[in-house]
Amino acid sequence: MTPTGVGAAVRGRVRVRGGLSRSSPRPYGGAGWGPWLYLAPALVVLGGLLVYPIYQLGLISVFRYTQAQVSGGEPTAFVGLGNYSDVFSDDQFWSVLLATVGFAAACVVSTLAVGCALAVLLTRVRALPRLALMLAALGAWATPAVTGSTVWLFLFDPDFGPVNRLLGLGDHSWTYGRYSAFFLVLLEVVWCSFPFVMVTVYAGIRAVPAEVLEAAALDGASQWRIWRSVLAPMLRPILMVVTIQSVIWDFKIFTQIYVMTGGGGIAGQNLVLNVYAYQQAFASSQYGLGAAIGVVTLLVLLAVTLVYLRLLRRQGEEL
Amino acid sequence: MKLPVPALLVGALFLAAACAPQTSSNSASDKDDKSGTLRVWLFQEVGNDPKQKVVDSVVAAFEKAHTGTKVDVEYIPVDTRAQRVKAAFNDPASAPDVMEYGNTDTAGYVHDGGLLDVTKEFAAWPAAKDTDPTARQSVTVAGKVYGAPFYVGVRALYYRTDVFRELGLKPPTTMAGLASTARKIRAAKPDLYGLVVGGAYTYGAMPFIWADGGELATAEGGSYTSAIDSAAAQKGIKAYTSLFGDDNCPAAKCAGFGGNDTVTAFAAGKAGMAIGGDFSHAAVEAGSVKGKYAVVPLPGATAGSVAPAFAGGNNIGVLKSTTHRTLAVQLMEELTAKKTQAAMFDAMGFLPTFKDVRDQAAAKEPFVKPFVQTLAAGTKFVPASAGWSQIDSSLVLPTMFQEVISGKKSVGAASQEAAKKMDDAFGSAG
Repeated sequence: MTPTGVGAAVRGRVRVRGGLSRSSPRPYGGAGWGPWLYLAPALVVLGGLLVYPIYQLGLISVFRYTQAQVSGGEPTAFVGLGNYSDVFSDDQFWSVLLATVGFAAACVVSTLAVGCALAVLLTRVRALPRLALMLAALGAWATPAVTGSTVWLFLFDPDFGPVNRLLGLGDHSWTYGRYSAFFLVLLEVVWCSFPFVMVTVYAGIRAVPAEVLEAAALDGASQWRIWRSVLAPMLRPILMVVTIQSVIWDFKIFTQIYVMTGGGGIAGQNLVLNVYAYQQAFASSQYGLGAAIGVVTLLVLLAVTLVYLRLLRRQGEEL
Repeated sequence: MKLPVPALLVGALFLAAACAPQTSSNSASDKDDKSGTLRVWLFQEVGNDPKQKVVDSVVAAFEKAHTGTKVDVEYIPVDTRAQRVKAAFNDPASAPDVMEYGNTDTAGYVHDGGLLDVTKEFAAWPAAKDTDPTARQSVTVAGKVYGAPFYVGVRALYYRTDVFRELGLKPPTTMAGLASTARKIRAAKPDLYGLVVGGAYTYGAMPFIWADGGELATAEGGSYTSAIDSAAAQKGIKAYTSLFGDDNCPAAKCAGFGGNDTVTAFAAGKAGMAIGGDFSHAAVEAGSVKGKYAVVPLPGATAGSVAPAFAGGNNIGVLKSTTHRTLAVQLMEELTAKKTQAAMFDAMGFLPTFKDVRDQAAAKEPFVKPFVQTLAAGTKFVPASAGWSQIDSSLVLPTMFQEVISGKKSVGAASQEAAKKMDDAFGSAG
């Protein structure tokens, strides 16, 4: 899906058409504009929605651009890579980045595991339990993140929460310790994002021809073996999409951390990149600094996605 | 070779966007219309009707006195005020002429270039001489005045009269006594916090720093330097953070508390004492402790003294972009006049910023006496620098307290790091 690939394909087609209408008086060069003309509406929309905002983000990140500059209190000043060096020289940025990567990885793995397991379960149960499970999952999916976070927080409340009463933990505070707070948020994140994985993977499994599964079963393969050697390889394109989606979602997590740990936990121990950017930059209107953190996030995500695609390709899968 | 069309398109986009991000031309307007519509933004309070009634009568009188003038008042939600105000600064066409704002935002708004300098008009205003010095400080940035104080808010010590009577305790008169009283309550009644405190309750913690002579920052020639790591300030930090523990307010719960959490806990009958404001009165009255509590000024370091409180509150200012300069300033003066503030106290319980009006209020309503005493004993204000809003929003002080409370850092290390962050903010914002 690289731009050169598209260009080559287009050129190929143009050449064929040019060969067929040799008698046309139109000069050869004019035909080169045709495809672009057809592509123009899509390109304009994509450019407006994707390229321009990213261009603005990059532009703002090299300026000293705070509320004072936006509202005209001070002139805008070019600072080059000043905002980036501010970000990179902050020790907290690196520890937050590390925590974000670790937390996102844990969330992605847990979400995929839960989502895939329940998708397989969906194919094995009768219609009624399947409907119930689907409805429960869709309910979790449809719940707004703020509501979900608040409810989870209440469930684990040290004074009034039912979980502590059920487990007999007294007034244990789940949000005080760093890892227990992260664990609590992880539970909420998995709860609200597994339905997407489950529904998508379930649809994928349904599309696998029944004969293949039957043949594997006849050959005496166990459930686990069928999943590993038959289903998972056939579902690879779908798994790839949900993995990339989950990576991007979980890396950009904001609401759950912001609500459940009160804006980053005790002494900022539960900060993730997005909340950190909000606190350091946007809450105090330092848009230049915030844009720099945004660009860094974008690059990290691009790198993760590219590495992942590369790995898949090396395994011999066509994208 | 020819340039492909997309490259041209992208190039055109780059050119169209010029070379710098957008800025608004929010320069001071030269227009000074003597009639037309004045737009006013005031905060929407919980139970806003009484406030609206007072404002309506001021507006009616103003419209009568200035023929051809209409005043359009809009009540904006407090939670989203930051976005509204930023938008107003960015787009002068949709901005109000007169606006209510929190007094800790003054320096930031001035830095953003949004507020009009009214130094001359304020000095010529007869009522200004009775304005409280701290209230005056809260509208002043670098010697210039940017609005008129609307009301002040201070915090004092709420305590449970029934618990104190049962345990034979007296309201503490020193800061050391406060801590020991809190521990006695917790020891006798383990289901209560002695004094409920919060690791994110910055304005409740400040009196502890100020009581020992510490300062948040010191001003020198218009720029600020952090003093949070001075010996006196460190002593205050130690005093405040030592209240977090199983013998008063367990760190696992209290480290994350903010101001509202502590007031909620007290109102629900879960604490022997709390640091609350005059504005918390309604919340406590609505709780289960109604009729079982009293308020005294927060004690200072020595017996009989009062710990300096933070003077919160709101101001009313004129926006730089107004096209009705004279009228807008007059309306600002009417909205913050002695008569309006007295009526506003009766309606909403907002403490007046004029000493004489406040004393009359205290004579009428005994509840506000400890708060008026606290104000009379001298209050303090946060640094009048745009850096303060940055320090506030990036949670520098809550992080410092929480690092000490959770045992991650010593008082010295945590306060030195906070001082460094504060100095960075003062340096970048001026």
